[in-house]
Amino acid sequence: MQSHTITLNINEEIHIVAVKAADTLLYTIRGKLGLTGAKPGCLNGDCGACTVNVDGWPMKSCLMLTVEAVGKKVTTIEGLRETPIQQAFVENFAFQCGYCTPGFIMNCHSLIQQHPDADDQTIKEWLESNICRCTSYIEIEKAVKSVLNKK
Amino acid sequence: MEVIGKSVIRKEAVDKVTGRAKYTHDYQKVPLLSGKMVISPYGHAKIVNIDTSEAWKVPGVRAILTGKQYPLTGEAIRDRPPIAFDKVRYHGEPVALVVADTPAQAKTAADLIKVQYELLPVVNSPTQAFQKNAPLVHERLGEYKKEADSHPVPDTNIATLIKIRKGNMAKGWAESETVVEASFSFAPSDHVAMETRCATAEISPDGNIIIMTSSQAPFMVKRLIADYFGEDMGKIIVRTPLVGGAYGGKAPVQLEVLAYMASKEVGGKPVKILNTREEDILTSPCHIGLDATVKLGANRSGKITVAEILYLWDGGAYSDKAIDVTRSGATDCTGPYNIENVWCDSYCMYTNHPYAAPFRGFSHSELSFAIERTMDLLAQKLNIDPLELRYINAIMPGNTTPTRVRLNKSNVGNLQKCIEKVRGLIKWDEGPVKVLNDRFIRVKGVSCSWKTSTIDTDAPSGVILTFNRDGSINLMSGVVEIGTGTKTILAQILAERLKMDVNKIHVRMEVDTQTTPEHWKTVASRGTFMGGRAVLKAAEDVIHQLKELAACVLRSPKEDLEIANSRVFLRDDPAIGLHFKEIGYGYKYPNGNTVGGQIIGRGSYILRHLTPLDPETGAGRPGPEWTVAAYGVEIEFDKRDYTYRLLKAATVVDIGRVMNEKAAVGQVMGAMSMGLSFAGRETFYFDELGRVLNPQLRTYRPLRYGENPEYLVGFVETPQIDGPYGARGVGEHGLLGMPGALGNALSTAAGVSLHNLPLIPELIWKAKEANK
Ligand code: FES
Ligand code: FES
Repeated sequence: MQSHTITLNINEEIHIVAVKAADTLLYTIRGKLGLTGAKPGCLNGDCGACTVNVDGWPMKSCLMLTVEAVGKKVTTIEGLRETPIQQAFVENFAFQCGYCTPGFIMNCHSLIQQHPDADDQTIKEWLESNICRCTSYIEIEKAVKSVLNKK
Repeated sequence: MEVIGKSVIRKEAVDKVTGRAKYTHDYQKVPLLSGKMVISPYGHAKIVNIDTSEAWKVPGVRAILTGKQYPLTGEAIRDRPPIAFDKVRYHGEPVALVVADTPAQAKTAADLIKVQYELLPVVNSPTQAFQKNAPLVHERLGEYKKEADSHPVPDTNIATLIKIRKGNMAKGWAESETVVEASFSFAPSDHVAMETRCATAEISPDGNIIIMTSSQAPFMVKRLIADYFGEDMGKIIVRTPLVGGAYGGKAPVQLEVLAYMASKEVGGKPVKILNTREEDILTSPCHIGLDATVKLGANRSGKITVAEILYLWDGGAYSDKAIDVTRSGATDCTGPYNIENVWCDSYCMYTNHPYAAPFRGFSHSELSFAIERTMDLLAQKLNIDPLELRYINAIMPGNTTPTRVRLNKSNVGNLQKCIEKVRGLIKWDEGPVKVLNDRFIRVKGVSCSWKTSTIDTDAPSGVILTFNRDGSINLMSGVVEIGTGTKTILAQILAERLKMDVNKIHVRMEVDTQTTPEHWKTVASRGTFMGGRAVLKAAEDVIHQLKELAACVLRSPKEDLEIANSRVFLRDDPAIGLHFKEIGYGYKYPNGNTVGGQIIGRGSYILRHLTPLDPETGAGRPGPEWTVAAYGVEIEFDKRDYTYRLLKAATVVDIGRVMNEKAAVGQVMGAMSMGLSFAGRETFYFDELGRVLNPQLRTYRPLRYGENPEYLVGFVETPQIDGPYGARGVGEHGLLGMPGALGNALSTAAGVSLHNLPLIPELIWKAKEANK
């Protein structure tokens, strides 16, 4: 398959990468850019471990082709710097193995930006797209609410 | 206590919230070849022909492993070819392995391999496997190499039988007035760790075999590969970085063997094998299924006098760890009740299902469903409150276990206290049923559990401590950080013992079998206990060395010295002393002369007095202590369509001592979540060809955010005297009672006795219909 050279805006940096048409964004950021914070969990849109933020919205990077990201602003977990939600995850013990954590944090981060006054129903609609197998979700609920309430 | 009990933030927390935490698949290098499996689409079939000619034409293909007999593998019985030969025994079994330059090339080639099968009759349940004329999963069972305490029966599907014979059954039945008997059954399911299993291997020209793997048992990988392939054990170096969830599923050794074989085939070049989610569910070992029959007899006052139990475990196509699970199930077969007369046959059965790994709780959540449902049936028949029935039969110091271990105040927790506490937490005294209207009711169910950890009698754990020049300490232990936070707890134990700031202790997260002291396997909630004992011993060693050196420098008897706040000082005059940074690397006199050197502490621990079980009676000491717990679940049930909502789930566990409050609560809640998911929704659906119909997270659906109940957690602290600061294990216990408690609540709610998992509305409907 043929490679194309494209320009991506990732974490406020411009990257020039050679990709194939069928490469997913997850494959490119992990394999080409070494941004391994986004994780593969199913490659099928079911688990949310690969969630990144595209133009302010959460996106499962296993479901997006790299070429679709051209002209968009992509933020990965590596692009977050000392945000309140990261701190809240630490304080609330909102992870154990940590594998689902980058995906959950990116999802929560977008939620906080899009719906700073999200109610229980909205939080549920957003967060039920990710799976955490270690925690009971209560810890994650506490973490996200602690940030939402502050706003 | 300064540090023990505190909710110290886990050492790797910042890495985990910034995306810097690395798991096996995150390590990349060039070149790194990719291995891709071809897996069996059937449960049981003869391999007639494998055609690889088209696959070889794909550019980048370097090797195809297939059609050859590789050494048999397996822990208790060597019954599993790493790549199927002659026939396949489960859906998902590897039939071929392609090695290519990129994952895409490997996949393209794998898809082009044509395998021709001839279907064989399928063994689709352990009960079917047990029938006289059942098709055989292994025709040559008698010829396999095996461990001394595996007892396969040739020409049957029995991989092993563990017998428990305690007391006098005739006497037990004679003393009983009320008898209940019930059967239970559920199919295998999966662990669903979010990180799918992954392993890489390379062989350097000097013969070193370097493996990186997402495993709970890196030291076992080293041992087994040496054993299976006759390699030099010292040349096998296994690395395990952070592990993205394991729950027992990453204790078996599987992909490591394939990666090693693949690398060998391509001249030692590094090869990575990463499971897709489907392979992780199908090909890699799963969560065991069970068919059980329980018969209990009790006297008029509700005292249980006798138990007769049959467990048929669904070990799947290969026995691997299922034999140990079967043994563990026999060991604690009665649940946490004092019963004088016990007969139990616990069989590990071969079937044409994916083979079983340990699952968090190691047989206990499974058997507990059967026992706890039967306890409720008994309570009903006796007309006794179900919590009361459990209270009066609760196991206690002075009683003996089914394997005849006499319990004492240290080696068993206080179950009656747990029951009392759970009674309050779930407001049991307000009654188990509350009618909201003619459609909805709220119902509670209860259960109890106990668990010892049946592990090898010679299982070791070791710790090394080294000093840095600034007086801080590096802690190295073979415990794998699978998410339980155990390594942070080890740092807390060290900080407590040395009375120092836990932030001055640096924990090495990665395990490397060449330089990290061995911790047998990170399983069975034993990390804190064994690793903790090793830390305490290493701390003693360090204290001794520090005092020895300080005694010389301070010109004082050793006995007058005290250690705290990273200093060694005179007890009666703390101003006179030395900071760790002045002696951790030896003491340098003003003129440059130096005495001592870098202080290196070492400690190791091995469990004492464990014995194998007697093959005829089961008598023996399988584990060090029994942790006990009591549970409650409350649901809101819709009588119209049998759907229900989880409202509350409670666990009270006798944890011995709370080491890290928030971490302990998190472990218990997380385990409850997994237990409710297992009990309420997770299973493999098999068709008549033994195929798993739902090997995806879209169709195999664990609990998600918002589907969880409110969680209530309570602790009782009966110290285990030989545990570090009295602690008992806690990683598994929140899970164990969930299937039983949920089953009991739903049985009460639906007015029909439920005997299967998962407890989905359709199952309840079927039970209701069958009852009409
Ligand atoms: S890997 Fe993208 S949703 Fe699971
Ligand atoms: S922390 Fe392990 S899956 Fe969420």
